[in-house]
Amino acid sequence: MAIDVEARPAVADLIGARGRRRTGQRFSRDKLLVVLGLPGAIVLILFHYVPLLGNIIAFQDFQPYTGITESPFIGLDNFRFLWNGDTSFLRALTNTLILTLIQTVFVFPVPLALALLLSSLAGERLKRLLQSILYLPHFLSWVIVVAIFQQMLGNAGMLNTFLVQNDLPSFHIIGVPELFMTLLTSQAIWKDAGWGTIIFLAAISQIDQEQYEASAVDGANAWQRLWYITLPSLKGIFILLLILRLGNSLSVGFEQIILQQGLVGLETSEVLDTWVYNKGIIGGDWGMSAAVGLVKSIVGILMVMGANKLAHKFGEQGVYQK
Amino acid sequence: MEKPNVLVQVLKSVALGVSVLLVIIPFWSIIATSLADRQTLDQSAGGMVLWPGDATLSAYASILSGGVVTRALIISIGITVAGTALSLAATAGLAYWLSRRGAFGAKPILLLVLGSLLFSPGLIPSYLLVKELNLLDSWWSLILPVLVNAFNVIVMRAFFQELPQELFDSAYIDGASSFTILTRIVLPVSKAVFAVIGLFYAVAYWNAFFNALLYIQSTDKWPMALVLRTFVVNQTTIAGDQVGASAEALPPQLQLQMAILVVSLIPILLVYPFLQRHFARGVMIGAVKG
Repeated sequence: MAIDVEARPAVADLIGARGRRRTGQRFSRDKLLVVLGLPGAIVLILFHYVPLLGNIIAFQDFQPYTGITESPFIGLDNFRFLWNGDTSFLRALTNTLILTLIQTVFVFPVPLALALLLSSLAGERLKRLLQSILYLPHFLSWVIVVAIFQQMLGNAGMLNTFLVQNDLPSFHIIGVPELFMTLLTSQAIWKDAGWGTIIFLAAISQIDQEQYEASAVDGANAWQRLWYITLPSLKGIFILLLILRLGNSLSVGFEQIILQQGLVGLETSEVLDTWVYNKGIIGGDWGMSAAVGLVKSIVGILMVMGANKLAHKFGEQGVYQK
Repeated sequence: MEKPNVLVQVLKSVALGVSVLLVIIPFWSIIATSLADRQTLDQSAGGMVLWPGDATLSAYASILSGGVVTRALIISIGITVAGTALSLAATAGLAYWLSRRGAFGAKPILLLVLGSLLFSPGLIPSYLLVKELNLLDSWWSLILPVLVNAFNVIVMRAFFQELPQELFDSAYIDGASSFTILTRIVLPVSKAVFAVIGLFYAVAYWNAFFNALLYIQSTDKWPMALVLRTFVVNQTTIAGDQVGASAEALPPQLQLQMAILVVSLIPILLVYPFLQRHFARGVMIGAVKG
């Protein structure tokens, strides 16, 4: 998007030069535009950029009643979690990284598999119907998804009731710390695997059908066509999505976890986002939680930017290969 | 081509069938349980049912005849309607401004909009800002922080940019003012994009949970998301006087919970056919632009 501006430097300069001379004229010409656009711009800046100033409290011994202007500065003391081995911070960091790893390995490939299954269906109508059903959970809020899982897989939920009534071994996944990561993972799959197929289905529909026909003539079987045509064609988009996902490594299902934290305790469920919430908003350690939030934001921006760069590289390669 | 392998076909069908059932069964049983008669519910030992038996609407009658759920429902509808209208106005205005080439002041604002996509402002500073603005425990705290979504601005701006320049030029030559051009030409051809972006916002407002948890403290200001969390996720007991039912006539807790769940699902299900078509397109735009 930056290219959009830089690609036409001559035009931009021209407008800029004219603009300096006739700012007043341009304003009176465009004042309707400015009047229409300014409220949105102000609100966006107010709630996206002004809070950045609030990060000052990461360097203060902040107390709500003294406020930002009166609270004393204490240097980098709030950042001591970076070097003093704060156990609750380390636990949150570890859980975050484990969860990212699990979700990348188990959640990420499911939409691809589902898309391959869907695309192999012959009937267009049936395919549409299945897609409609599979996309639906994406539009539900986490509160609803969590509630649904409780009713299905909880201690008094449908599955366990059925098992107990039929004298089978009891099984439930809600409120069991050892299974918490499994629970989060299966919820993420249930909610978004169907929705995630869209992008793969679009990519599959782009594959040249002649390749399949030619390979069939040469005697390739279904597996070979999948392995040598379909999957290589999807490699680019898969890598792109993977990189973007890794760019967001430090953010894992905040709402989802906050809703279920009470049931399993902090040991397995505390991640960086919930740590900031629990320590700051609930616990009142404003300075330190702001400091963690700040570090996380900066690392996050660097990772997203790095990921974008990487994705761009892979993306370009994809274009050349075609 | 060789004959399709029967075993593979069967496995594929089973896998797809199971995936679809995993989505359908929960919905089905939630609706069935919310409607089931007392006898059916008792037989299932308090668990969920798959068939409502002699269906009754008593749980819906209780939660909808005044009390905490009814109030939350009205609040959620109000926030969704007001928020969507305000968001659409602010987003469209901003997008229109940024879409006109060389418009006064548009360039720095565009950079700020794009920049905001790169980072989120952080939980603690956002909370402090809302607090400083005296918006804590006000419904405005659920609207203003999410009023303008930069991604939606970009999508709308792209739409306005694709309107043919001749449309503007010819109207201008005919002596139309900027205001006339906007109301008589731009808005009538933009109904579709307004509908799509409006739906984006409406679903987001309806589903919003965390800001409500963060900013709303009084019980009587709760939107549906907090009611869901308290009574359905955390399973706090619903007393008769919290809903419109006497203690004896109060339907079983599970049934009340499922009715609350269904009520919060209905708006999503109503707009879903429309959503599905347009959101899928939105994902593709995002993928191409990103």
